[in-house]
Amino acid sequence: MLRMVPLPVPGRMKGRLMDFISILSIFVLACFVGYYVVWSVTPALHTPLMAVTNAISSVIIVGALVAAAAAGFAVSKWLGLIAVVLASINIFGGFAVTSRMLAMYKKKERPAAPAKH
Amino acid sequence: MEHVTAGNSFAALAYLVAGVCFILALRGLSSPATSQRGNRFGMIGMAIAVVTTLVTHLPMQGVGLVLEGPQGSVVATGPLFARIDIVAMLEILAAIGVGAVIGIVTARRIAMTAMPQLVAAFHSLVGLAAVLVAVAAYLNPMAFGIADMVVPMIGQPFAVINPVSKVEMGLGAAIGAITFSGSVIAFLKLNGNMSGKPILLPARHLINLGTLAAILILVAQFAHTQDGWPFWVLLVLAFAIGFLLIIPIGGADMPVVVSMLNSYSGWAAAAMGFTLENSAMIITGALVGSSGAILSYIMCRAMNRSFLSVIAGGFGAEAAAGGGEAKEQRPWKRGSADDAAFLMQQAEQVIIVPGYGMAVAQAQHVLREMGDKLKEHGVRVKYAIHPVAGRMPGHMNVLLAEANVPYDEVFELEDINSEFAQTDVAFVIGANDVTNPAAKTDKSSPIYGMPVLDVEKAKTVLFIKRSMGGVGYAGVDNDVFYRDNTMMLLADAKKMVEEIVKALD
Repeated sequence: MLRMVPLPVPGRMKGRLMDFISILSIFVLACFVGYYVVWSVTPALHTPLMAVTNAISSVIIVGALVAAAAAGFAVSKWLGLIAVVLASINIFGGFAVTSRMLAMYKKKERPAAPAKH
Repeated sequence: MEHVTAGNSFAALAYLVAGVCFILALRGLSSPATSQRGNRFGMIGMAIAVVTTLVTHLPMQGVGLVLEGPQGSVVATGPLFARIDIVAMLEILAAIGVGAVIGIVTARRIAMTAMPQLVAAFHSLVGLAAVLVAVAAYLNPMAFGIADMVVPMIGQPFAVINPVSKVEMGLGAAIGAITFSGSVIAFLKLNGNMSGKPILLPARHLINLGTLAAILILVAQFAHTQDGWPFWVLLVLAFAIGFLLIIPIGGADMPVVVSMLNSYSGWAAAAMGFTLENSAMIITGALVGSSGAILSYIMCRAMNRSFLSVIAGGFGAEAAAGGGEAKEQRPWKRGSADDAAFLMQQAEQVIIVPGYGMAVAQAQHVLREMGDKLKEHGVRVKYAIHPVAGRMPGHMNVLLAEANVPYDEVFELEDINSEFAQTDVAFVIGANDVTNPAAKTDKSSPIYGMPVLDVEKAKTVLFIKRSMGGVGYAGVDNDVFYRDNTMMLLADAKKMVEEIVKALD
């Protein structure tokens, strides 16, 4: 006889590594770290700061990869792949443009600069 | 599809390392000397996060089976066999490759003056990616490990998503959607496809607050029932509110908007990090979220306006209407490039004050040439940067760096403001409101209380401006124009500086 019963899902659902409170703790502490680290950024580098934070916030690619790798549901797989493309644009573009900008910040070549020509 | 617990805790550790790398990436930006190393830490962290995910989530082909005995005694689930799905793997790598090519080509080609647009465009991509991931997680919760239980049904089994995860997903999707549409508007305004003028809808505050409330109610409804409609409706509303929030904000308030959207993209990543229990995403989200929030705060403080008043929008429009009336003809002095060159040659110290107009005129390179010429004449040259000069935080610093101005000649407002009194020439190029002394004296001025550069204290002020008619973004007249020690240089900024360079030879 076939009866419909809820079945436990194998895998992560049962063996969750972290509960909500431990994740929340990481989040709250990271907010404090972020607060102090960002205040120590020199104002001259605020544009590179935006570019690099933009690049690292594309760590959302982790979720996109999970969706793209999962079998069983075509729509969510394709959404995942599109998200992988978008996040990769950001990752590569963000780091590349940051590094291009940072390479431009130079100190004076000679401390007491006499006339060059 | 899931690996053993040992593998998972290894992955969790790797994500934590990635998170720490991201902290070090931002830490490196405390000085230009360490910034490149910081950026490399960021790349390493990202590589760790991506490789870890690829390894622990290899696309598998498998046959799932649900068996049930007559009395419910024998329950067998799980794949019978599984192998790596090569095609899916190649698809993923191709997706990364496509993104890499587009990203790197864009980053190489973009002009430094277009940096604010680029950052806005990049923010919109993060927002859209967050939305797509949230939708994917909603459609396929098993893959994300957020299902509490699965009800086997004919056809697709129905996975009941953990309610906490549903709240996180709902919020992540909403913040992502707001980030996306808001950044698209910010991009259009910064790129000049859309007027920088504020667009004011009637009762916009009411509409916005109502929409935000509706989104929160829908998140609760979605968490409660897992119906499709609250999820889709909240997505649509979130896209709409992102649009509505940014259209009333004027062009010169864009530094705040870009920082705010930066912050949102972080919170969206953090929300999805909660869903995936991923420490790298949570740490990054918190870092980016606080970074954007702090930058918004710095920008608002530099304009002496509250964050709420900037977000409420309409600044440029209302002030311009009021400023046009009480206009009187006052005498002012006009100078030529030769006069300017002569004055600066004789000077001991010249402080250059660049603003958004310099970026528009692309005058940074010829400005540096002028600086070099002056140095040859034994003049000390310094640059003074107001925090809100330009269209994004640090905009002027990047442009000057691009033109090879050494960063130790560039000073922030509080570090250089006391020096104007001992300076022979203040050279204002493309800035206006940030030099207006009315901010210090005139309580009725819309910019009263805003910290300004004390250019009028210099012996002579050279003020490059296109014409005498126009007013700055705040729509107020600048008293500096009419002072005895001010000489107006009326011309396109780049042309004027070119002429001064010629005159300096």
